[in-house]
Amino acid sequence: MTRIDEKRREWEEKCLKPWLQKAGQREERFETLSGIKVKTVYDPLDIEHLDFVKDIGYPGEYPFTRGVYPNMYRGRLWTMRQFSGFGTAEDTNRRWKMLLEEGETGLSTAFDFPTLMGVDSDDPLADGEVGKVGVAIDTLKDFEILFDGIPLDKVSTSFTINPPAGIILAMYVAIAEKQGVSKEKIRGTIQNDMLKEFHAQNTLVLPPEPSLKVVVDIFEWGAEHVPKFNLISISGYHIREAGSTAVQELAFTIADGMAYVEAAMERGIDIDKLAPQLSFFFNSHNDFFEEIAKFRAARRMWAKIMRDEYGAKDPRSWWLKFHTQTAGCSLTAQQPLNNVVRTTIQAMAAVLGGTQSLHTNSFDEAWALPSDEAVRVALRTQQIIAYESGIPNVVDPLAGSYYVEWLTDKMEKLAWKYIEDIRKMGDGSMLRGVLKGIENGFFVREISDAAARYQREIEEGKRIVVGVNKFTIEEELKIPILKVDPEVQRRQIERLKKVKAERDNEAVKEALEWLRSAAENDENVMPPIMEAVKSYATIGEIMGVLKEVYGTYKKPIII
Amino acid sequence: MEKKIRVLVAKVGLDGHDRGAKVLARFLRDSGFEVIYTGLHRTPQEVAMAAVDEDVDVVGISLHSGAHLALVPKVINYIREYGGNPDEMLVLVGGVIPTDDIVELKKMGVDEVFIPGTPISEIVEFIKIKLPEKRKKNES
Repeated sequence: MTRIDEKRREWEEKCLKPWLQKAGQREERFETLSGIKVKTVYDPLDIEHLDFVKDIGYPGEYPFTRGVYPNMYRGRLWTMRQFSGFGTAEDTNRRWKMLLEEGETGLSTAFDFPTLMGVDSDDPLADGEVGKVGVAIDTLKDFEILFDGIPLDKVSTSFTINPPAGIILAMYVAIAEKQGVSKEKIRGTIQNDMLKEFHAQNTLVLPPEPSLKVVVDIFEWGAEHVPKFNLISISGYHIREAGSTAVQELAFTIADGMAYVEAAMERGIDIDKLAPQLSFFFNSHNDFFEEIAKFRAARRMWAKIMRDEYGAKDPRSWWLKFHTQTAGCSLTAQQPLNNVVRTTIQAMAAVLGGTQSLHTNSFDEAWALPSDEAVRVALRTQQIIAYESGIPNVVDPLAGSYYVEWLTDKMEKLAWKYIEDIRKMGDGSMLRGVLKGIENGFFVREISDAAARYQREIEEGKRIVVGVNKFTIEEELKIPILKVDPEVQRRQIERLKKVKAERDNEAVKEALEWLRSAAENDENVMPPIMEAVKSYATIGEIMGVLKEVYGTYKKPIII
Repeated sequence: MEKKIRVLVAKVGLDGHDRGAKVLARFLRDSGFEVIYTGLHRTPQEVAMAAVDEDVDVVGISLHSGAHLALVPKVINYIREYGGNPDEMLVLVGGVIPTDDIVELKKMGVDEVFIPGTPISEIVEFIKIKLPEKRKKNES
């Protein structure tokens, strides 16, 4: 190391310095997208403090820096899972079958806003929004159509759904039963991450504490009944889309994860039983190495937390498995084809970071929901990385890079600092700390400030967005845009009416009464929700009972 | 001192994407406007009521939900119903809006639509130039 140290000094003095004096540099200071200052070059001295065996090691072993599986993509490629849904259940079923035909290997459901917020299609609040940004679901009837001809024992399905997550899980279980697939076998994910809704995504219905209570109900019920199903996708994606830095995304997501584990343990759930059913969801933005470092740091941190802080015994419980989506907020409306390139870089970072599944955005998404053609290119991007680039053939090929290892370690340290601050807010409890941070606006303020900083840099021309504030052209939009049939709302409301007329309304009433009594008496709400769903109660009716018992939440305004 | 231009930044409908609205509110405030932000999940009635009550010069509606063709005209109609005059205001829309819909929105009385990536300085300039222009045009 002394030899390297001498060489480094000599290089700086005799090689770099004169060169800089002569040729200069593009910037005074170079930083990552998160604002971490980066040097000209990295060498063994920068990672001297890291221990290969302890900090990096081998894939499939603690601390899993290099991946959760020993041979990663040499065994099985990541799941190519395109988030998709629009219009009615029929429309989405058709799009899904197209994607499966084209080689997609898992489904991922986009719901419309009324469904996401737990209101029915005939609610005045839903007017104009039915089927717009996702598929409209009111009752089990819609789910029957959505999964028509899709075998639940072969396909896994992800559901981006939060306040009504338990209802959607119940619908999926009911469909499995109808298909004759045992619920022990079904695979998939419900997002069910309410904490990040308060920080960023804003799909808010119940207040924080009851929201968390329902999440833990789902853990408790799910660990027992659907052991292969991910009961939560602890999400940094939306935190990042709302404007956070990569470090904040990492820190707040891990903090939320810790809060959920603590809440589950308070309920008396066995951590080793629950842990394999926890999953994560990250964003992949433009700063290639920073994203890779973030994924590696996340895995290492979670392993340490689960083993050392919470005492999980089974090595399987130490895994952080995650889904990645490329950064929607990085897409530009201008020169939309450039987005294919951005998405490719981001997707490569996700794969080099060891993701378990991936959604690549379509190039037209700053304009509308993606067209068939744009979705195809997005999926092909993944397939080209998978089958042509050679990237998946070696596990964690960037390990040992002085820069990547330094940056992984740096991001971990910065994230720990945030986590310790949050823990302090909760007097030693991460659960109380996160709830406190929601109550006092800590998370929202941190994210808003970062978003404003980013925008300021663009406004001042310090940050270049190709085609937006540099290399601009006069252009006319020539890409085909997906139009959602304006008749969707009317058709959906008609179906809802028909279901309500044909169902056994006594059974619905009984199930909803059972739900009310469970909620009031602090019992698990999942068994009555299961019953309500099977009797074709609507999402709005079920959420309505929870709202009456638990109250609703209005987010304080923090700009 | 000249009266500050009052801008209502509004989120209408069920969509929770508030990054754009909040960043815009902050930058407009820093650019010397009086800014009122509605917060999330407002109905067209609530937005219109706020526009009239606060006597604003500009209504900026942010949507990423695809519901713009349904909700924006409602806001404009309610403003009129509550005794405001949309012809004396600038009505601006921002968000993920397809080009064909931009044409539609303008027919419905929207003065301009700003797509993702629009520099905020452009919006500031637009307001400063177009607000007096529109009012002058209505006088004559």
